[in-house]
Parts: sequence; C-alpha cells; structure tokens
Amino acid sequence: MKTLAELNAIRDRARAQMGALRDGGENNTRLVVGMATCGIAAGARPVLAACLEEVQRRGLSNRVTVTQTGCIGVCRLEPIVEVFVPGEEKVTYVNMTPEKVSQVVAEHIVNGRVKMEYTIGANQ
Amino acid sequence: MKELSLHILDIAENSLAAGASLVEISLTEEAGALTVTVRDNGRGIPPDILPAVADPFTTTRTTRPVGLGLPFWKMAAEQTGGRFSIESAVGVGTCVTAVFVSGHIDTPPIGDMPGTLVTLVQGHPRVDFLYTHRAGGVDFTLDTRTLRDTLEDVPLDSPDVLAWLSDFLRENLRI
Ligand SMILES: Nc1ncnc2c1ncn2[C@@H]1O[C@H](COP(=O)(O)OP(=O)(O)OP(=O)(O)O)[C@@H](O)[C@H]1O
Ligand code: FES
Ligand SMILES: [Mg+2]
Repeated sequence: MKTLAELNAIRDRARAQMGALRDGGENNTRLVVGMATCGIAAGARPVLAACLEEVQRRGLSNRVTVTQTGCIGVCRLEPIVEVFVPGEEKVTYVNMTPEKVSQVVAEHIVNGRVKMEYTIGANQ
Repeated sequence: MKELSLHILDIAENSLAAGASLVEISLTEEAGALTVTVRDNGRGIPPDILPAVADPFTTTRTTRPVGLGLPFWKMAAEQTGGRFSIESAVGVGTCVTAVFVSGHIDTPPIGDMPGTLVTLVQGHPRVDFLYTHRAGGVDFTLDTRTLRDTLEDVPLDSPDVLAWLSDFLRENLRI
C-alpha cells in the first residue's frame, strides 16, 4: 500500500535525478499534448498518461519532457501530440491513442524515425 | 463525455485558465445525490457575462463567451434530474456546483479521478489542489500543500513524484 510516508524517499531520489539534468532540461525533446475540452472528450487524458508512462518506463526522463497545452485547433483530429526534437521541425501526431504513443516514443524518440502514418500530413 | 472525472478535468482547466493558485474539488455522495463542486480563487467572471457562460444558446448577447465546457456540464447534471449553479465574484473566484441524481440512467460513472488529478498536477505543478471525496461516511482528502511540505524543493511534477501520486491515488481512492 502506498503511503504518504514513502514520499520522503521519493523526494531524495527525485532530487538526485534533478541534479543529473543537464542544462535544466532546456535542450530536451518535448512531447506536448492538447488538453482543451474537445481534446479531453476525445481521449487526451489517457494519451497524456501514456506519454508520461512510456518516458518513465524507458528511462528517458532526463532528456524528454512532457507538457500540456490548450487548444491546438483541429477538433476532429484530437487527441493531438506535438513532438519537438531540438534542431528538427515540429511533428504533429493526430488521432492519438495510448498504443500509438508507445510506438511514437519507440520509433521517433528512441530510434529517430518519424512515424509517418500517424502524422497530420497523412491524415488530412 | 463518458465520465464525470473528464468533465471535472475540463471544469478545473477553466479555473487554471483564470489564474487560480488554489483549486478545490469535492465529490459528496449522500442522500441519493452526487454533488460535485469546483471552487477556485481565480480572477472570477464579470456579472454581465456570468448568466451567459452556462447558457450560450439561450442568450441573445452578441459577445457571448464561446465555450463548450460549462454548457456540457450543466446539461449532464440536469439530464439526471439534478441541478447546476455557478457563482463568481471578480477578484475573488468562482464556484461551480453540479448535482447528479445517484443511480439515474443518465448519471455517468465517476470514472478515473486519479487520472484527472495526476493530469491537473502534471500540467500545473505550481498550483495547489485540494481534493475531497466523501462517500458512505468515509472521507478521502488529497492536499498538494501537504505533499509540498514533504517534497521541499522537489517539484510536484517530477516523474518519480507523479508516478508515486498515481499509484497512491489508485490504491487509496477506491471508487
Ligand atoms: N473558473 C472560472 N474562472 C473564470 N472564468 C471562467 C471560469 N469558468 C469559465 N469561465 C469563463 O467562461 C467561459 C466559458 O467557459 P467554458 O468552459 O464553457 O468554455 P471555454 O473554457 O472558453 O472553452 P472550452 O471549455 O470549450 O475549451 C470561459 O472562456 C471563461 O471566460
Ligand atoms: S477546442 Fe477543439 S481543437 Fe481546440
Ligand atoms: Mg472550459
């Protein structure tokens, strides 16, 4: 059973990881999930959870940051995840699901190959 | 939306957009009703637009605040024979209340409240959230100010802290 008491140990571990972050995460790859009303209705919450889990599970936390934003502007393509790799053009993934997130993290973030079939360009 | 917890996430996002530093969410299940309140200390809604925010289609205003969140929430509550209200004061904050009739066929399940709370904390790690759930005479409370006291300089959105929070809520918030 998780208890509040465990949080002391979590704090010490998280503090050690923060120290390991080069340049405060400034040059991290960013995964941005749209979290406005229609994004939420279309399933953005489990998509965000999948982003957090995949990054944590694959030990990418020190080089990948997950953030949320409001309306990205294309209701019928929600949930939307934008990927910003430093020095590369933004890639917008649409109609995302937790399963697609794990493929995008594996292919795009880890192997550096854009998962073309899930991008906005392939879905318009 | 299929879950009350998704509506709650959406309504709380309004509080965050209004610059709140504290958002209080409470769910109370008693006497055949489920009452959900979302209260914030954000910038508030001016009295001249307040009537229109929940009823964008029944007002004749030309500068109506466009949005789906509040009208959806109101409709969801009223469909069950429950009620909806919004109170707000500029510079003080806003309180949105929705009452659902328990067991009504149109009352959505509460759904994944842990998922909603983790999403809120992850997206707004500097805002405080007070979550209270009362059901069957038992209270569950999560106050991020208490977590912050223990975490000291470690932010609430650190991956390890979020993973712990998710597990903690899932184990302790059995609904
Ligand atoms: N807690 C709040 N504090 C201050 N203003 C609010 C609050 N909740 C709603 N409002 C105002 O009411 C408007 C309508 O809210 P509503 O949730 O219906 O739509 P929205 O947030 O604008 O868009 P959407 O929810 O569809 O993404 C908001 O744009 C905002 O101006
Ligand atoms: S509100 Fe629909 S995409 Fe933004
Ligand atoms: Mg809204």
